[in-house]
Amino acid sequence: MSGTLGRVLRGTFLYGWTALVFAFVFAPILSTVVFSFNADRFPSLPWGGFSLQWYEAVLADPTVRRSLVNSLIVAGGSAVIATFIGFTAAYVDYRFRFFGKSAYMALASLPPTVPPVILGVAMLTFEGRIGLSGTLFGIIAGHVVICAPFAMALIRMRLNDLDRDLEPAAWNLGSGPWKTLREVILPFTAPSILAALFITASVSFDEYMIAWFVSGLQETLPVRVLAMLQGQVSPRINAVGSLVFAVSVVLVVLAQILAGRSLGARKQK
Amino acid sequence: MSVTMIELDGVAKHYDAHVAVADVTLGIHKGEFIALMGPSGCGKTTTLRMIAGLDQPSAGEIRMWGRRLNDDPAWERDTPLVWQSYALFPFLSVQKNVEFGLKQRGMPAGPRAAKAREWMERMGIGAFADRSPSQLSGGQRQRVALARALATEPEILLLDEPLSALDPHLKVKMQAELVRLHRELGITFVCVTHSHSEAFAMADRVVIMNEGRVQQVGAPRDIYRRAGNRFVAEFIGGNNIIPGNIIGHGADGLAFSSPLGALSVASSQPEFAPGGEALLVISADNITIAAREAGLSNEVAAEVTTLDFAGSSVTVFLEAAGGTELRAQMPLRDLETLSLAPGARVFARWAAADGYFLRP
Repeated sequence: MSGTLGRVLRGTFLYGWTALVFAFVFAPILSTVVFSFNADRFPSLPWGGFSLQWYEAVLADPTVRRSLVNSLIVAGGSAVIATFIGFTAAYVDYRFRFFGKSAYMALASLPPTVPPVILGVAMLTFEGRIGLSGTLFGIIAGHVVICAPFAMALIRMRLNDLDRDLEPAAWNLGSGPWKTLREVILPFTAPSILAALFITASVSFDEYMIAWFVSGLQETLPVRVLAMLQGQVSPRINAVGSLVFAVSVVLVVLAQILAGRSLGARKQK
Repeated sequence: MSVTMIELDGVAKHYDAHVAVADVTLGIHKGEFIALMGPSGCGKTTTLRMIAGLDQPSAGEIRMWGRRLNDDPAWERDTPLVWQSYALFPFLSVQKNVEFGLKQRGMPAGPRAAKAREWMERMGIGAFADRSPSQLSGGQRQRVALARALATEPEILLLDEPLSALDPHLKVKMQAELVRLHRELGITFVCVTHSHSEAFAMADRVVIMNEGRVQQVGAPRDIYRRAGNRFVAEFIGGNNIIPGNIIGHGADGLAFSSPLGALSVASSQPEFAPGGEALLVISADNITIAAREAGLSNEVAAEVTTLDFAGSSVTVFLEAAGGTELRAQMPLRDLETLSLAPGARVFARWAAADGYFLRP
């Protein structure tokens, strides 16, 4: 048999199959984006013409605007705190050996495996007690719990590539431990720290369940979207959905590029 | 004439049950090139790290200029180290690497860059100032590591296996360069190496270590001519070590009964007297080979087994009576006049004064 023909067929099949899988995954999102620009009220073909009216309506809605601002504050706050905690956890793992270290690492990686409903209920009960529920900081606290392990994993991967002699080499040249952290560890891990900031921001920005339990009157965007859905079906949902999707995509792509850069550096070595 | 700069006084390092350094007492003189040498795991690198403050002694005291150093953290000692792995900062340019130590000392950017330039030029890496260390060859990285360590103009430089990662031809070149650098700077060099050829070629004094203890300290030539114990005699290589008994006094000194027959040893070692076991050590280059018997006292019939060529010098391996192996080292020229080949029957001999005793 002709080997070349076989190879071409196999190649075509693989490309086709991959395209199909992506189409299956992204078709719903794509239709959301497409119909968000549709002039017609109902999501049906043929298209009623291009229009930004749903975006205008959404952006004019004060509840959506407030929830967007809330979501941005929560995502920013969660990202910074979760990345800080993730960095410290990863650095402790890199630098020290101590009794119970494997238990420490297991506990530090655990939160994302807890079902969000359980975490949400637990957060509500706990934060209700200490007077945090219904505040933005309450939502941030809940998001930090699920985001920090992602940040830790990313930064830990990078620290694994750090030559064990570099830190002592800096001490040897007269740089104290804190200065060394700033001048050696931070520059080296910077790409993974930025990647962690974007990933955790995106996880927090999309998170619905904990936010729903804890937010009270301080709705975040996903909570608002669901509330809108429960009220009425309107093409405005498509516009909001597209906005949320766009923000997440930007954050994840940025994180990918940065993580890719730090992995690329490893390959070069 | 020699001023003691660093003293190690009964220094030990234990990791739980493991003993890395058992007991090291040693004085390092100002301005000398001293090599710590021994097989892997002998504690030489741990000793070096303790001088730098990167490991804390479990016992004993380290002093610099008579002042206790034990509790000074690494970043407050001025004991720069050239790492075996070079440990250059990969996210900094060559120039920033060289500037690192100066920056920690608070030198402003202008003078810092000038000083770094000066050292990069001196080490022949001026052209690579803006490159990343990952773009350099092993030899170039080594120069960056040296420039980085020396830029702060310390009184002492620590080197951990500085040549082990280099190609053989670079190794010899760098060896000469380190010696030159040491002579020009006049500061103390402490170099850890497992290679006796490196240590003997570079150092003023060599410290031979084994199992966490100092075995012998001395000038390379003195150690080579008179090993302090059996470990040293075997470790530095090139020695014939023959077990036997001192049986009495002879014409040339002590009479020694060995598997090679009766030998005479004219060593001035009052601690060795007739009536005890001993090891006789004869350096391979003190053994001469002749085709014919001359009737001298230390003369042994043997058969050539192997010839080992190392450039212009040759080691001839011989098998003597009773299966005892002997080795003789000679210039290639001498070998050619003898026209030796494996299987040749020859006579090996040495002067009575060239042998010395060690405790078994």
